[in-house]
Amino acid sequence: MVSSDAKQRMIRRVAREIETGMTVNLGIGLPTRVIDYVDHELSVCLHSENGIAGVGPSVAYDQADRNLIDAGGSYVSTQPGTAFFDSAVSFALVRGGRLDLTILGAFEVAMNGDLANWMIPGLFTPGIGGAMELAQKARRVVIMMTHCDKQGRSKIVRECRLPITASACVDRIYTDLAVIDTDAQGLILREIAQGISLDDVLAATEAPLKVADNELPTF
Amino acid sequence: MSDKIVDIEAAIAVIDDGATIMIGGFGVPGTPFCLLDELARQGPKGLTLIKNDANENGMGVDHLLLGNQVEKLIVSHIGLNSNAIKLMNEGRLKVELCPQGILAERIRNAAAGLFGFLTDIGIDTTLAQDKPRFEIDGQMLLLEKPLRADFALIHAAHADPLGNLVYAAAAQNFNPLMAMAAKHFIVETEILTEPGGLSPTAIHTPAPFVDRLVHLPQLTEDYGVIRR
Repeated sequence: MVSSDAKQRMIRRVAREIETGMTVNLGIGLPTRVIDYVDHELSVCLHSENGIAGVGPSVAYDQADRNLIDAGGSYVSTQPGTAFFDSAVSFALVRGGRLDLTILGAFEVAMNGDLANWMIPGLFTPGIGGAMELAQKARRVVIMMTHCDKQGRSKIVRECRLPITASACVDRIYTDLAVIDTDAQGLILREIAQGISLDDVLAATEAPLKVADNELPTF
Repeated sequence: MSDKIVDIEAAIAVIDDGATIMIGGFGVPGTPFCLLDELARQGPKGLTLIKNDANENGMGVDHLLLGNQVEKLIVSHIGLNSNAIKLMNEGRLKVELCPQGILAERIRNAAAGLFGFLTDIGIDTTLAQDKPRFEIDGQMLLLEKPLRADFALIHAAHADPLGNLVYAAAAQNFNPLMAMAAKHFIVETEILTEPGGLSPTAIHTPAPFVDRLVHLPQLTEDYGVIRR
């Protein structure tokens, strides 16, 4: 099990991906929580697949507008400049290349950047939602996930065993153990979580990892 | 005055067994729960439903699934409805999964009187297996076909008696697209204004697309905030 401390550190680290002026889509689940750690001074436009640009902070049930949810079903708010639109417009924004960044969850990521996050045959088929379009068309695709699954197996693999969402789409992987970039040569370890050794990361990772030359920062 | 305004029983009575029906909404916002409840009550079977999602257990589409009225779902995800997943895994429900924006665009394509479009979305996935491929300017692309329907059922926040519609906040989603893509478009509305009661610049769906309009006397609890 991943401690809530390690999860918090991962979320806080991922939040540093978000820079002022960006248009960003946060995937359902863990990625949605990143917003709570983004500097409020930054001017960021959050996109939600159900037709919102400028998603405001989530709200308590007694203050919720029944017609105002994000794509994950959480009740959210507006902020100055929020826009609502239909699903065709929403995905024109995605496929047309207007998203600077998407942060998605994953079941598996392969060393060539292939992403699997939409089905586990026979076990769990939630469906696709917007994942294929986000993974293929956002300018930068980062993944946040636990490094290993509940059985302790590496989710960073040589080749995806599960049906893929999109091929060679992932730019960076954040886990509870490490920050790993994908490039043409494979996976490069960039940062290590506090209290974790290089050997821990290597042992927990099925795919080969190159270690960046400089001393690895911790997060 | 418009002759589009009918009671809910008459609005749904035109739907026969085997119909293909688009159903608006993304989660709760925009889902026509009252029309769906009436569809469950009248009970036509062998339906194909085109919708973003399968709602959640105990609401909307779920009543149709549990009543064995649905043969096939064409959706982008069903993750919040365990009945839909179970029926699919047992082979009792056909499910065609479609990337969300491609689902929207297939509906819009039909609405605009077109006959398909090419895209690279999903090209490296198992979804591409049965789709025709075309190479255009050196790039391999998939043919996506339009989705047409016999009926569309939609929830609107405001309507005027002619059938001009306005959707609330995130309740727009698939609704204005489906409104244009079905042969027969049935709307339920919360508020029915006087003629001319809507600002012409604010109208999301113009009246010529609307066939039948049902004014809801009140909303059921399905429309409310879900406390998870």
